[in-house]
Amino acid sequence: MYCALHNIRGSMGISKDIFDEMYRADGSTSDAYTEYSNWFDEQDAGWLRRKDAEADDSFRRTGITFNVYGEDEAEERLIPFDMVPRIISAREWRKLTRGIEQRVSAINALLYDLYHRQEIIRAGRVPEHLFRNNDAWLPNMVGFTPPGGVYTHIVGIDLVRTGPDEFFVLEDNARTPSGVSYMLENRETMMAMFPELFTRIPVEQVSNYPRRLARSLAACAPKMTEGKPVVAVLTPGIYNSAYFEHAFLADQMGAELVEGSDLRVVNGRVQMRTTRGFKPVDVLYRRVDDEFLDPLTFNPDSCLGVPGIMDVYRAGGITIANAPGTGVADDKAIYSFMPEIVEFYTGEKPLLPNVQTWRCADADSLKYVLDNLGELVVKEVHGSGGYGMLIGPTASRMEIQRFRKKLEANPSNYIAQPTLSLSTCPIFTKKGLAPRHVDLRPFVLVSPNGIEITPGGLTRVALKKGSLVVNSSQGGGTKDTWVLKD
Amino acid sequence: MLGRTAHGLFWMFRYLERAENTARLLNAGLRMALTRDLSTAEDEWRSVIATLALQSQYEAANDDYSGAKVWNFILRDKDNPSSIRSMFGAVRTNARMGRNAISGDLWEAINESWIQLDEKLSRPVGQGAVGDVVRMVRRAATMVHGAMDGSKLRDEGYHFGRAGTFIERADSTARILDMKYYLLLPSLNYVGSSLDTGQWESVLRSVAGDHVFSWLNAGQIHAHGIVEFLVLDDRFPRSLAFCHGALRDNLTALARLHGTEGKSNEFMRETDIELNEMTTEQIFDRGLHEFLTDYMASHAKIASAISEDYRFLS
Repeated sequence: MYCALHNIRGSMGISKDIFDEMYRADGSTSDAYTEYSNWFDEQDAGWLRRKDAEADDSFRRTGITFNVYGEDEAEERLIPFDMVPRIISAREWRKLTRGIEQRVSAINALLYDLYHRQEIIRAGRVPEHLFRNNDAWLPNMVGFTPPGGVYTHIVGIDLVRTGPDEFFVLEDNARTPSGVSYMLENRETMMAMFPELFTRIPVEQVSNYPRRLARSLAACAPKMTEGKPVVAVLTPGIYNSAYFEHAFLADQMGAELVEGSDLRVVNGRVQMRTTRGFKPVDVLYRRVDDEFLDPLTFNPDSCLGVPGIMDVYRAGGITIANAPGTGVADDKAIYSFMPEIVEFYTGEKPLLPNVQTWRCADADSLKYVLDNLGELVVKEVHGSGGYGMLIGPTASRMEIQRFRKKLEANPSNYIAQPTLSLSTCPIFTKKGLAPRHVDLRPFVLVSPNGIEITPGGLTRVALKKGSLVVNSSQGGGTKDTWVLKD
Repeated sequence: MLGRTAHGLFWMFRYLERAENTARLLNAGLRMALTRDLSTAEDEWRSVIATLALQSQYEAANDDYSGAKVWNFILRDKDNPSSIRSMFGAVRTNARMGRNAISGDLWEAINESWIQLDEKLSRPVGQGAVGDVVRMVRRAATMVHGAMDGSKLRDEGYHFGRAGTFIERADSTARILDMKYYLLLPSLNYVGSSLDTGQWESVLRSVAGDHVFSWLNAGQIHAHGIVEFLVLDDRFPRSLAFCHGALRDNLTALARLHGTEGKSNEFMRETDIELNEMTTEQIFDRGLHEFLTDYMASHAKIASAISEDYRFLS
C-alpha cells in the first residue's frame, strides 16, 4: 500500500537556524541527495519499516556489537544503525581531503619536533608546559624516531558542519581511533538491504580500507624485518568494548589477533606463541593504550601488554602503531593551538578551521567562559567519549553551578567552545524522516608512502531529538556515509 | 596459528559436542522417567546427573531429584558451568576469540544458534519444551558441523576443531556405557528381561544409535551386541572405534602439516594397537569397566599431549 510517504517526509520539520544536509529550508532537496530523495519517494513506507527492522537482525546475527559493562556481567549491545545514508558530494570531499591531509601531516611533524629539537617551542608558538604536564608525554621517547618516521599510522579526524561550506575540526584522534569497522559494515549492510541504490547512485568504495591498512602498516616495518613483514593486532581481549573491531580488522587484513599473553620478548624480538613455536612480529597494530603497553616501563600492574616491548621498540626490533607518545598531540589543549601548529609546519593557512576555543588557563578567557557558561560547551582537556563536559544551553541551573565550582577550582583542566548549531541529516523513524544532528569521522592512514584517506567515514548521529551528543556510549547511532563519484 | 587460538578451536568443538551429548542424554532420561513410576523416575534422574558427573554440584543446590529441577539444572542453570546454556556460551566465546581463524559461515552458524538458545533458555523450561530445546541443540550442532565441513579451510585449525569433537564424543559414549553398565550389572544374566531392555534402549538413544542398532540387529537387543556396536563398530559415527579412527586421521594430518610428529601421535599409535585387535569377548573377559576406564585415560593422555605438542598454553 502506498501511503503516507509524503507525510513521512513532511514530518521533517526543517528549522531555519539549523543546516539540514538533505533538505534546504525552502523544502527543496540539496544536490547530493537528489537521486536518493527520488528513490526514497518511490518506496513503500511499510516496506521501508520492515527493512529497518531487518537491519538490526543482520547486525546481531553477524555479531557486530560493542560491550557495555553493567553491574555483574558484560552485555553486548548493538550500535543503532540508521538506514538513511549521509551523502557528501565529490566537490565537498575534495575540499575536506585537502584540509585533512594538511592537518595530519602537521600532527606528524609536531610529534617529530616535540620528541626531537622542539623548534615550535623555541619559536614561542606553543608553550612548553602544554606537553610537559601532559600524561601522554613520554620523556623516554625523546630523540627516538619511529620506523619510517611515522607517529600516527591511523588517525580519525572528527568533523562537524554548520552550513553548506562550513566544516570544522572538532577533535583529532591520534591514539587509537575506533569505528572504522562500522564504516565498513554499515556499507555492507546498505548494499545488502538496498542493492538498487548502488546501481542508481555512483558511490565511492570503502571496502579496500583493510587492504590499504595492511599495506600501510607493512610499509612501516622496522629494518630488522626478514622477508614479508608480519603484522599483528594487539587487543585487550574479548571484554573490551571495541573487541569486535579488533577481530574484524585482523580478520580482514589476514593478521593474527594477539593478546598480551601471546607475546613475549625472545632474542631481542617481540614474538608470538604459535603452534610451531615463537615467531617474530614486525608491526604491532596495538589497540591498547600506552600506559598498558609495557609493565616494565609504564603501569606495572598491566597484564594487557608485553614486558620488555619498549626496549625492543627503542632498539628498532618492532614497529608499534600508533607510536607510543602520540597521545600528546590529541588532547584539547593542544587542539586549541592547531591553527598555529598547521601554519608552523606547513607554511600554509589551515584549510580546515578549528572550532573557536577558549583556554580556561588564560585569565581573560576564564572570565569570559565563567560569564557565559549558559551558552558554551566546556570540556575537560583530557576527556573523551562525551563525558565530563557541560553543554550550557541544555544544562540545568544546578548543573551549571556545580560545573562552575569545578572550573574555578582547576581552570587549566578545561577548554570552552561555542555551542555550534551542528548540521542535521534525516533519520528514519516510525513516524517518518526526522532531522538529527550528525558528525563525521573520516579515517586517515599514514605511511612513508604518503597519506591515504578513505572516501567515506563514520557518521555518528544523535538519535534523541535536539541532542548534540553523538557518542555511541551515550545513545548515539551510526549511518552509512557516501562520498559521491564525480 | 597462535597456540591460544588452536586451544580455543579445540575447546570450542569439545563444548559443542558436550552440549549435544548432554542434550541427547537428557532426552533419553526424560523418556525413561516417563515410563517409570515416581520413585523409579527419581532414580532415572539421579542416574542422568551421575552420568554427567554433576552429583555434588546438583545436590548442593537442590534437595530432591524431581524432573523439572534436573532438566532446568542441566539446561539453563547459570551457576552450572556444564549446563547447556553455559556450554553453548563457551562455544560462542571461543568462536569470538578465534573469530579470524574460522569462516564467516561457521561464525554465523554459532552466533545465530547461540542467540536462539540463549533466548529460549532465559526462562524456566516446562516439560513440553524440553524436547524443543534438545532439538534446537541438535540442529545447532548439525549446522555448525555443516558449516565447518562446507566452508572451513583444511588447515591446522580444522584439525584442532575436529580432534576436539572426536575426543569429546568418544569420551561421552564411553562414559554413558560405563555408567549404565554398572547400573545393569546385576541384570546382565537376565538378558532380555524388560527392565534390562528398556535401559539398554536408553543407552542407545542417548548416543543416537537406537534406530541403526535396531536395523542392524533385526529389532533384537542384547548386551554383547550393544557393546560390540558402541565400542568396535567403526561404521557408527559415535562408536569408540569410529571416533578413534577419526582422531587418528586428524592427528596424522596435523603432523603432516607441521612436518613432524609429536607425543600425541605416539600415544595415539599405542592406543591404536590395543583397540585394533580387540573382540567383545576379550572386553568382557577383561571387564568392560576396566576397559572403558583405560580407554578414557588414554584419551585424556592424548588430549594433554595435543595441548603440549601445539603450545596451547605455554
